[in-house]
Amino acid sequence: MDMNEIKEIFFQECEEQLAELESGLLKMNDGDRDPETVNAVFRAVHSIKGGAGAFGLDDLVAFAHVFETTLDCVRSNKLEPGPEVMKVMLKSADVLADLVTASRDGGSVDESRSSGLVKELEALANGDMPASSAAPVAAAKPAAPAPVAAAPSDDSGFQAIPFTFDDFGGEEQEESVPTFDVTFKPRRELYSKGNEAALLLRDLSRLGEMSINCNMEELPSLDDLDPEGAYFDWTIQITAEKGEEGIRQVFEFAEWDCDLDIKLREPEAAAVTEELPMVPVPFDLSALDDGSDGPGQTVAAAVEAADTASGVLKAAASAAKPEKKESPAAAAAAAAAAQANNAAGQTIRVDLDRVDRLINLVGELVINQAMLSQSVIENDATGTSAVNMGLEELQQLTREIQDSVMAIRAQPVKPVFQRMSRIVREVADMVGKSIRLVTEGENTEVDKTVIDKLAEPLTHMIRNAVDHGIESPEKRAAAGKEPEGTIKLTAKHRSGRIVIELVDDGAGINRERVRQKAIDNELIAADANLTDEEIDNLIFAPGFSTADKISDISGRGVGMDVVKRSIQALGGRISITSRPGQGSTFTMSLPLTLAVLDGMVVTVAGQTLVVPLTAIVETLQPEAQHIHSFGANQRLISIRNSFCPLVDVGRILNFRGTQANPMDGVALLVESEGGGQRALMVDAIQGQRQVVIKSLEANYTHVPGIAAATILGDGRVALILDVDAVVAASRGQSLKQEMSLAVAG
Amino acid sequence: MSYAVKNLMQGSRELIAFRIGDQEFCVNIMSVREIRGWTPATPLPHSPHYVMGVINLRGAVLPIMDLSLRLGMKPVEPTARHVIIVAQVKSRVVGLLVDAVSDILTVDDDNIQPTPEVSSDLERQYARGILAIDKRMICLVELAALFNEAAESEAA
Repeated sequence: MDMNEIKEIFFQECEEQLAELESGLLKMNDGDRDPETVNAVFRAVHSIKGGAGAFGLDDLVAFAHVFETTLDCVRSNKLEPGPEVMKVMLKSADVLADLVTASRDGGSVDESRSSGLVKELEALANGDMPASSAAPVAAAKPAAPAPVAAAPSDDSGFQAIPFTFDDFGGEEQEESVPTFDVTFKPRRELYSKGNEAALLLRDLSRLGEMSINCNMEELPSLDDLDPEGAYFDWTIQITAEKGEEGIRQVFEFAEWDCDLDIKLREPEAAAVTEELPMVPVPFDLSALDDGSDGPGQTVAAAVEAADTASGVLKAAASAAKPEKKESPAAAAAAAAAAQANNAAGQTIRVDLDRVDRLINLVGELVINQAMLSQSVIENDATGTSAVNMGLEELQQLTREIQDSVMAIRAQPVKPVFQRMSRIVREVADMVGKSIRLVTEGENTEVDKTVIDKLAEPLTHMIRNAVDHGIESPEKRAAAGKEPEGTIKLTAKHRSGRIVIELVDDGAGINRERVRQKAIDNELIAADANLTDEEIDNLIFAPGFSTADKISDISGRGVGMDVVKRSIQALGGRISITSRPGQGSTFTMSLPLTLAVLDGMVVTVAGQTLVVPLTAIVETLQPEAQHIHSFGANQRLISIRNSFCPLVDVGRILNFRGTQANPMDGVALLVESEGGGQRALMVDAIQGQRQVVIKSLEANYTHVPGIAAATILGDGRVALILDVDAVVAASRGQSLKQEMSLAVAG
Repeated sequence: MSYAVKNLMQGSRELIAFRIGDQEFCVNIMSVREIRGWTPATPLPHSPHYVMGVINLRGAVLPIMDLSLRLGMKPVEPTARHVIIVAQVKSRVVGLLVDAVSDILTVDDDNIQPTPEVSSDLERQYARGILAIDKRMICLVELAALFNEAAESEAA
């Protein structure tokens, strides 16, 4: 395994850590104060920093370090994660993601943005630093914990002061260099992860003058000795200019695998309490969650004491002792819990190409099996032979294999949704609006290709919703709404498809303006009689953009028609409902997979076609009294007192020159995007089956009116009808551009 | 000397010769993937007249062109005796319907004569030279020229 491969793995892990980071921060943003959440966030940044250090990615390390420092303040309850703080944190997560991407793909990150954030982060961290031991002089003041409460109010108006802890420590040096008592007790994990106590101690010795005492009491006799065990601990007295921060940096990558206690040598009791929130809290709290009994409760008391420490210094100081005793046990419990978690979600990384190859092969298998069954049935009419029985089992097995393979590709939509929250943040910042994104059903699973292709149209729609959908805070206030807008993104499964809804509580569609714009752009006739729904759906027409001013966010000439087409390319549908003054709802319905499709097999002009089942509302046998001629060529069919245009599929696809007699065929009532219902005329229905989708574009080109091809049981190719394109082509006059597009392919 | 002949100047090459009506053509053997018998194709709507439709080639959808029509000659009425040459043209795989495959030729570039000046654009478009073998005349066809982007957009 060469360096590049290892690096590739690092970046893959970064992706995961970033996702973890983002979801943790979002939870915190919603008011989650669970220390485990804070810890998870901290660990994510820490791991990225650690890996980046190993690969010499200095920019990444530098930023991650500052970020981590600030997070540490939150973790140790020195910094209250209020809305202002969380805003900075979320932005920092975005920059961190950018830095990771930049490190992987080359390219650069907006310097001013990251350095600005560094300052903000440092300001946040420093705002409470006097309370921590980084600045010994301040720490010596007994009133130290008070800033905990004061912190949030400080943050909002705090000016960014660029200074580092190192500078700070340096200044103090002239007055007095602090001396620390460090106890360092490695656990066996420390060694098993390749760390070496001697090297850590050597690094420590570079910080300043120190004396080391090794405690060998726990060393068992040779018989009981575990060669991989950890038996020694060390007590170190060190005079370190860099303060506690410097010492902690030495143990940075070993901190989770040892018991580390750093105490400022100072006679006052205050110094001891200072340490309290800092050291054992992360371990202890996770142990509490496990419901550990006796010892845990002592710890709980201690933690509570630390939390409400403002005045009760003594209580905390006395609680500190029992806590120290229990901490290894609690830590062990935490480690065990962590291991259990790992075991629950075991995964392997597999190259997507391999999965795709497998899926293709299974597709072949299904077709082959169908062909085999068909030829056996033709030769064995009774259907009782052993071959027949075996074939039935084979059919079940192939179906099962196909389902399992498809499940491999199924992924939750969560990553895409998470990306959206960042886009909402950034765009809302740009246009000066305050918007909250609420997501629901992130764990809804759908095929990976669908997820990948979903990101772009969704991004576009979110940008649109933020830019045009939600009003400015002033307008919202004037309309009597909350100044903060809400965008809700939900995903759910509904009858074999995934339905994604994007709801904003903005102004809704301005129908007057949409209509005027459509008339200006010659999309509709000036006197066209359109329903509200039809007007709303005009925004999906090509070349349509309602924004008065072209902004660089959403008005770049590409409009909702692009969104609509990318959704359609996925075999999906999109529609909008809007209520003036109350907002708009975009509903997208997508297939769960792009590899197979449930279709109705029909005959048209001697050809076999497959119509996607999802498009069909009902099928009916037309009767003469229900068919009405309308103008020269049009015919309507009356269905329960409403009139619906008849579309001869064979005529649209040029399979025959003249329209067929509707009474000889079957009508499929289909619903298409914003186009209402149409009755598609076909000659006969053969049956219903699941078909494997084959691309026509791979070896040929896009065919208007045809979505893809498939291979039927007899081994012949059948074409899959693109219902929306056929309906659009039949509509003709009302949306002529769409028609010419459909014809031009 | 035409551009194509200059391009063929390095050494000998193998060509597959086939018959359409009473004429013989050949293509570079390197672009031929396989040769198979005719199976009925599923017609494609709105396709150019020379596209006969698509067939199933072991799970892939393969478009079939009537090469005779594409070369401006009369359409072929396919029978079981007709042959499909499966050829790779750039990144795409297409099937070419021909009457029969006649030969595999190994020729030196010296044997390839330049295409004579004729008035038809079509012939100039695809012909890359002429071979005289055993008093037969075989026309060397450049497949990429037959199914280039212009042909694709015509198809759409």
